[in-house]
Amino acid sequence: MIDPHLYHVPRLGRHPSRFRLAGTPVITVMLGSFLTALPVIAQSPIMPPFGLLLLLAWRLLRPDLWRAWIGLPLGLFDDVMSGQPVGSAMFLWTVALIGIDAIEQRMVWRGYRQDWLIATLAIIFCISGGLFFARITGGGNVTLFLVAPQMVWTILLFPFIVRQCAWIDRWRVMA
Amino acid sequence: MARPASRRPGINRKAQYSLFASYVVAVVGATIGLLLVVVAIFDPTGFAAIRIATSEVSRPVSNTLKGMVSGVGSVDEVLAAYWRAGSQNVALRRQVEADRNRIIEAKAVAQENVRLKKLLRLVDSDASEVLTARLIASSATSARRFARLNAGRWQGVRPGMPVRAPEGLIGRIHITTPNSSEVLLITDTSNIVPVRRANDSIPAISTGLGDGSVEVRALTAGRNPFKPGDLLVTSGIGGVYQPNIPVAVVVRAQGEIAYAVPLANPARVDAVVVERAFEDAVTRTGPAAPGVADEPAAGNVAQP
Repeated sequence: MIDPHLYHVPRLGRHPSRFRLAGTPVITVMLGSFLTALPVIAQSPIMPPFGLLLLLAWRLLRPDLWRAWIGLPLGLFDDVMSGQPVGSAMFLWTVALIGIDAIEQRMVWRGYRQDWLIATLAIIFCISGGLFFARITGGGNVTLFLVAPQMVWTILLFPFIVRQCAWIDRWRVMA
Repeated sequence: MARPASRRPGINRKAQYSLFASYVVAVVGATIGLLLVVVAIFDPTGFAAIRIATSEVSRPVSNTLKGMVSGVGSVDEVLAAYWRAGSQNVALRRQVEADRNRIIEAKAVAQENVRLKKLLRLVDSDASEVLTARLIASSATSARRFARLNAGRWQGVRPGMPVRAPEGLIGRIHITTPNSSEVLLITDTSNIVPVRRANDSIPAISTGLGDGSVEVRALTAGRNPFKPGDLLVTSGIGGVYQPNIPVAVVVRAQGEIAYAVPLANPARVDAVVVERAFEDAVTRTGPAAPGVADEPAAGNVAQP
């Protein structure tokens, strides 16, 4: 009887493919952005930005996985899917990733709570920035009050998403 | 957990350069992103070409899912209906009996109407309908309110065309791609609809609030004439929307603004109708005339 936890232990001489190693995080983030294709006709911004959540989760879980420029292609895809003006997530995500790099330089010891705090700051920055961009590109008078609920449950959802990412990550690195 | 060592390149010159280059790329890319947003300030519907590829991929997915889950959106309604099933049943039965007589009267009136129209040789040639399609997805994460329609340029949909459901107005076409298009819902904060009160034609302007309701400002001087329960219909001013499409019901009046809830809930309606812009439908010479122009009707395109 094999312990179920050991199913994914790497076997001798076997390595996961490079596509699996590098592609899995990118594909999961893109799938997160793609969730806006769900047949939900929302009357207000209710859905948390899953693309952003997955990006932050991967970035904080695996700091050595990506450089900051990964926010550009992934952000572009998110812009195209989300209905925001093109360039909005490209800018906000990349700036958020550069900001996380800068924080990492200064904080020597980090744990679960610090990660959540960093993600909270990044989520607030990206959602309110997206609101600002929607406002200046012909969105009329959108108020911060409109996205406040979305912001709150995006932040609350972060630990769950990190957990799922960690679970996918275990599959990713073990052949 | 200490910070990982791999982010610090140490004295390896090559690793230092690579890290520096990645930041240069990131900063330059972020600046380009900012520039694209600035371009979007002046041309909000630009870069539609970029969306073609993803919309072609996402359309079949959304369409299939929509077919599978249509009805899930009204689960709450079904549950609420069970809550007071007994008393509701009695009330509804009385209502049906009361309505039956009125329907018979209405049928008689309609018949008389047809007869009188024939006498006057009035022919209703309302050929403004382009097609019927379904809303398959929406911008659920964004502060803007767009819905995706599963018909596009190849089906004859053009930017600026009004979209309505049997219950009322939904919005108008914003961007078209070959097989799908984006509908700017009337609840979007930039969508301005000229309306009037149904019973006494007080003109007003309805602007979306982004949260599923609209705010209504009367165009008359003096105090706010609206009160809860007022029905608003399109006035036809501006030339985009046909007159007399139901829009919203006022639920609250506060100061100079009245708040209203749209009659057609895009999440509930099954199919929507894309119509020609009112101006084009009126000014066309005959049924054989070509379709509307490619650009949105200039009259009533909402300006930010």
